[in-house]
Amino acid sequence: MSETTEQAIHDAVNQDYKYGFVTDIDTDSIPPGLNEETIRTISGKKNEPEFLLEWRLKAYRHWLKMKEPTWPHVKYNPVNFQEIVYFSAPKSNKDGPKSLDEVDPKLLETYEKLGIPLHERARLAGVAVDAVFDSVSVGTTFKDQLAEQGILFCSFSEAVREHPELIRKYLGTVVPYTDNFYAALNSAVFSDGSFCFIPKGVRCPMDLSTYFRINAANTGQFERTLIVAEEGSSVSYLEGCTAPMRDENQLHAAVVELVALDRAEIKYSTVQNWYPGDEEGKGGIYNFVTKRGAARGYKSKISWTQVETGSAITWKYPSVLLQGDQSVGEFYSVALTNNYQQADTGTKMIHIGKDTRSTIISKGISAGKGQNSYRGLVRFMKGAENARNYSQCDSLLLGNKCGAHTFPYIEVKNPSAKVEHEATTSKIGEDQIFYCNQRGISTQDAVNMIVNGFCKEVFKKLPMEFAVEAQALLGVSLEGSVG
Amino acid sequence: MSSETLLEINKLKAGINGQAILKGIDLTVNAGEVHAIMGPNGSGKSTLAQVLVGREEYEVSEGKVTYQGKDLLDMSVEDRAREGVFLAFQYPVEIPGVNGTYFLRAAYNEQRKYRGEEELDAVDFLALVKEKMKVLELPPTLLQRPVNEGFSGGEKKRNEIFQMAVLEPTLAILDETDSGLDIDALKTVAEGVNKLKNSRNAQIVITHYQRLLNYIVPDFVHVLYDGKLIKSGGRELALELEERGYDWVVAEASSTAALAS
Repeated sequence: MSETTEQAIHDAVNQDYKYGFVTDIDTDSIPPGLNEETIRTISGKKNEPEFLLEWRLKAYRHWLKMKEPTWPHVKYNPVNFQEIVYFSAPKSNKDGPKSLDEVDPKLLETYEKLGIPLHERARLAGVAVDAVFDSVSVGTTFKDQLAEQGILFCSFSEAVREHPELIRKYLGTVVPYTDNFYAALNSAVFSDGSFCFIPKGVRCPMDLSTYFRINAANTGQFERTLIVAEEGSSVSYLEGCTAPMRDENQLHAAVVELVALDRAEIKYSTVQNWYPGDEEGKGGIYNFVTKRGAARGYKSKISWTQVETGSAITWKYPSVLLQGDQSVGEFYSVALTNNYQQADTGTKMIHIGKDTRSTIISKGISAGKGQNSYRGLVRFMKGAENARNYSQCDSLLLGNKCGAHTFPYIEVKNPSAKVEHEATTSKIGEDQIFYCNQRGISTQDAVNMIVNGFCKEVFKKLPMEFAVEAQALLGVSLEGSVG
Repeated sequence: MSSETLLEINKLKAGINGQAILKGIDLTVNAGEVHAIMGPNGSGKSTLAQVLVGREEYEVSEGKVTYQGKDLLDMSVEDRAREGVFLAFQYPVEIPGVNGTYFLRAAYNEQRKYRGEEELDAVDFLALVKEKMKVLELPPTLLQRPVNEGFSGGEKKRNEIFQMAVLEPTLAILDETDSGLDIDALKTVAEGVNKLKNSRNAQIVITHYQRLLNYIVPDFVHVLYDGKLIKSGGRELALELEERGYDWVVAEASSTAALAS
């Protein structure tokens, strides 16, 4: 590929990270380091009930016996867990604001800057937002309106205080603390996150969303999200993330658990834009996340949609346990790696119930020296009569120095299972760019157009406002929606 | 016939990877004219087309190309296109995932922006497209599919002519548009080209065979051989070439050259 084309592709995919600013705010942080005392301190700061502290300590003791996973197709310097600050909260927020009016204006300003107005006056197209800043939730919008329908949407800490019975019933039932290294760590030290509970028969009238922001230096973010949809209910949940630009790597190890009972539907969409590091690969977030949904009920449905553009390293496999008969699992993903970014991402679809169906559409884009791996497991258990899976994994390469890898695993223990797997790899070629140029379309627009066309299937699955953000993130113009 | 000069090529020399291919081309194309450029394989026909639209790999070592009074070689590929220079590709490129209508509207609006005109919205553009489709008898499904993806050879060529109909170029260069077409497809393509012809634009038709010129009637026929235009004439030259091949023209040219030296 010629230099100018290479340069133009480079320009098209390299936009400055817009969210790299730092908010100067007094924080209440604990010293770096991790031991049982750290966990007691975190739990104490949050006035947690005894059962939760016990659970944390069990997780910590289990974690001590575990080893960091080395199987992902990523390379990075080992994390020193004793250098991390495990709790950091904006000071004014110590006792938790009673309402948004009590939230520090600086924080509101921060979210404003990120395009997430927390003030209900600036209604965000009818989306309720829970804002998590470093270790704590700083505010949740539309709570009262949602409560009228029996929907609980609040920070995880508040849920522990107000609804301990629900937390006790569901916490760790989808992702046990023994699950994996980072899930165990999260279970021990998680500080906050979001909690949603949609009662029987209620269709949540608006999209719920959490916006995660890492601000403080040397701080890890370990949030925990739990969404429970009771029989016949439905909810669409959005998650967005950003962080300041720093030279050091920061760790983000979250756990998300979803539970869908009979005929319930959960749609979970993520636009992940953590700071990816600079062009030389310095800094950036290590995004080691465990996300799993249990489609427990008959005809329940869990759908994951993710657009992963940020983070230095992404290690993440949003999965579905298809337990209920006729339950449905979906995974739609766009992962972009540029410069020195590395992503090892995919999904697990575990078919347990009869007539279960799953769909996997994964689009990986590699540019610069980025390495993009799809890793997916489709497993049919013995009892999964007539289960079906369709997987499609496409890779797009921009330039000559990036890589795309696919690691599909398929395990079938029931002979009636139907599995389809399709995969393609393509490259934006000089011929395509020239063809567009000869029609008067600039190289940058041509690259955007092709990248966007490549991702269209997944973008279509995102809620409207998110689709726009996702497209903007990829530096692409609105395409294909008309004509 | 209008006599406004659209394109003037002066002593053009160009090549690729240090190898000389065009060895001094002189050609003047006026508005309202159709020029056919013929020649055996490897004579430099496609190189001429590529150089005119600005393909980067080709280096121009000498000469000048003036298009509507402007230095064509000085312009970027995109600006040449926006100024109305269009190439119907010999091998149209597939662009997976990009909707045909969307692609064409982007191209169309680039031209309008360049001329300082307002961009056309999707609704107005669709109306324009429908009108042009009738002219070319194209199946409407063609434009709902991604650009050229999975198209047959004939469909790709027709799509090129369709893009040309929508973009209304001032100078259209058709590079071996007839290759790979059966006679019916050839007729449709040629009819389309003829309908687009008017007194303000011009066409350069590059072809190896005479048969296309049964349907697109040229005003001038030029023979390109070893990087030079060695003979020019009217339509009858094309017929004569078909009958007698290229050898006699080459022999004639070399004896003239020998006489001159």
